[in-house]
Amino acid sequence: MGVSNTKLSSKIYTAVIFAFLFAPIVILLIFSFNESKSLSVFSDFSFKWYKELFNDRSTLESVKNSVILALAATAVSTVMGTAAAFGIYRIRKEWYKVLMNTVTNIPMVNPDIITGISMMLVFVFVGQFFGASTSLNFWTILIAHITFCLPYVILQVLPKLQQMDGALLEAAQDLGCTPFRAFFKVTLPEIFPGIITGAIMAFTLSLDDFVISYFTSGNDFQTLPVRIYSMTKKTVTPKMYALATIIFFITLSLLLINNLIDNEDSRNLRKIKKNRKNKKYVLAK
Amino acid sequence: MNKIEPRSGKGRTNLSLMPYSFWSLIFVVVPLVFVAYYAFTDDNFRFTTENITRFFTATSALKEDDGTLREVHTYLVIFMRSLKLAAISTVICLLMGYPLAYIIARAKARTQKMLVTLIMIPMWMNFLIRTYAWMTILQDTGILNSMLSVVGLGPVRIIGTEAAVVIGMVYDYFPYMVLPIYSIMAKMDMKLFEAARDLGCNGFGVLKRVIFPLSLPGVLSGINMVLIPSVSTFYISQKLGNGKFFLIGDAIEGQYIANNLHFAAAIAFILMVILLVCMGLLKYLAAKFVYGGE
Repeated sequence: MGVSNTKLSSKIYTAVIFAFLFAPIVILLIFSFNESKSLSVFSDFSFKWYKELFNDRSTLESVKNSVILALAATAVSTVMGTAAAFGIYRIRKEWYKVLMNTVTNIPMVNPDIITGISMMLVFVFVGQFFGASTSLNFWTILIAHITFCLPYVILQVLPKLQQMDGALLEAAQDLGCTPFRAFFKVTLPEIFPGIITGAIMAFTLSLDDFVISYFTSGNDFQTLPVRIYSMTKKTVTPKMYALATIIFFITLSLLLINNLIDNEDSRNLRKIKKNRKNKKYVLAK
Repeated sequence: MNKIEPRSGKGRTNLSLMPYSFWSLIFVVVPLVFVAYYAFTDDNFRFTTENITRFFTATSALKEDDGTLREVHTYLVIFMRSLKLAAISTVICLLMGYPLAYIIARAKARTQKMLVTLIMIPMWMNFLIRTYAWMTILQDTGILNSMLSVVGLGPVRIIGTEAAVVIGMVYDYFPYMVLPIYSIMAKMDMKLFEAARDLGCNGFGVLKRVIFPLSLPGVLSGINMVLIPSVSTFYISQKLGNGKFFLIGDAIEGQYIANNLHFAAAIAFILMVILLVCMGLLKYLAAKFVYGGE
């Protein structure tokens, strides 16, 4: 009797928490289709705010900017981060390893506002030094995004390198591979899943970032979160709800696809394991 | 030397690390030095401690509820308020999140995966949008108040109170508390719980002596991941506090907008130092009282 009671109460508890997590999103979804501007009374169903959103050129421009920025930051941070992880993996002096790990951790533990402010100070200082009127532009925000994406790539790739059998690389080199070729033929395929996860994380973090972008971007290059910030600064417009709804459905479908792929993977894995077991059984006979 | 060296030969320069070393030197280490440099210089880059002193001594008049004016230390008040609201939010996240993490960790593998995905969905929406959603809900003419009026509890003023800011912080950072605790709990050996029970522990004893100490690393990283962003936030307080409750992030942003970069750097510098001390203290206390205690 006690067991079923705790089960029921934990189910209720979970349901309440998820209601709390999803209520705001559901309300946004519903009111994005509201005819009037009201936030509490649903007057009539309409696509009015979606139409307005798609006529809002600066918002569409900011979506484009965000995607370009995220792609560029992902490309650079993935390549540099993978190389860095390989470099850190090969470090043998303990103090050097500790130093590099600490430096890698800094952007992750520092509050975003400090990361943003600190980089902005350098950009402004260098800009003033060269006498530029505005020192913040596309390149400064790109540098900032690469900087905060790098640790996530490194932390995804490094464990894969540590799991790898070091003898493999050695064998490839013994068989006549140059170190460079050995890296591409042996190491890269082994650590590839880590690189992909790191790249996906970099991409989503870059798309989602507001605080660091806010401090390091100029007026000529606005990302979507910075645009949302300036849109919500003064007036309340249901255009925002339409935008949120679209983002929600894109996110949801990406997550569902990801889950489907994962399930497929684990099913295949189970099949392989089963086959192996059967084989062993046959061999044992 | 008969030991085979599987990695690079000794003395060879670590070429693949060089771009990253340079990058993090220029864009991670130097900027932090710049925060200190700006914090301790004036507009002409001459050394001064004035920015730091200003943080601790600047005063302004605060209007009380009864209309009287009271002289307060502007930035100290802001700072203590940030710490207070962030601490309350972190505790609420922990109290709400810990049982949930436990429930998820004990569910079937399939359910676990589904629940974790569900927790991550709001996380994938920008925190500006999430905060904005709460603003619409909590407004005087918002959904919550119109629902309360129907029931007869009348409109309640929520937006513009500290409670609203706490709700926003809890909502925005809740997943960051649940996920690290869950990932530690999912790896725990459930047999340990049974063993503890067999050895005479009651339910609470198992929680106190087995589950909690084992899950502590997750709890600590959860606390870090909620406390740091909520102590330094600057959007939540503006939207849900109606700009009445300035937090330390708002102070930094305000000085940035006003182009007082040296003072902005000084506030950032103080925030950084205090956070470092807090994190160190947390780690020390955890090590002393939970692992070394008994």
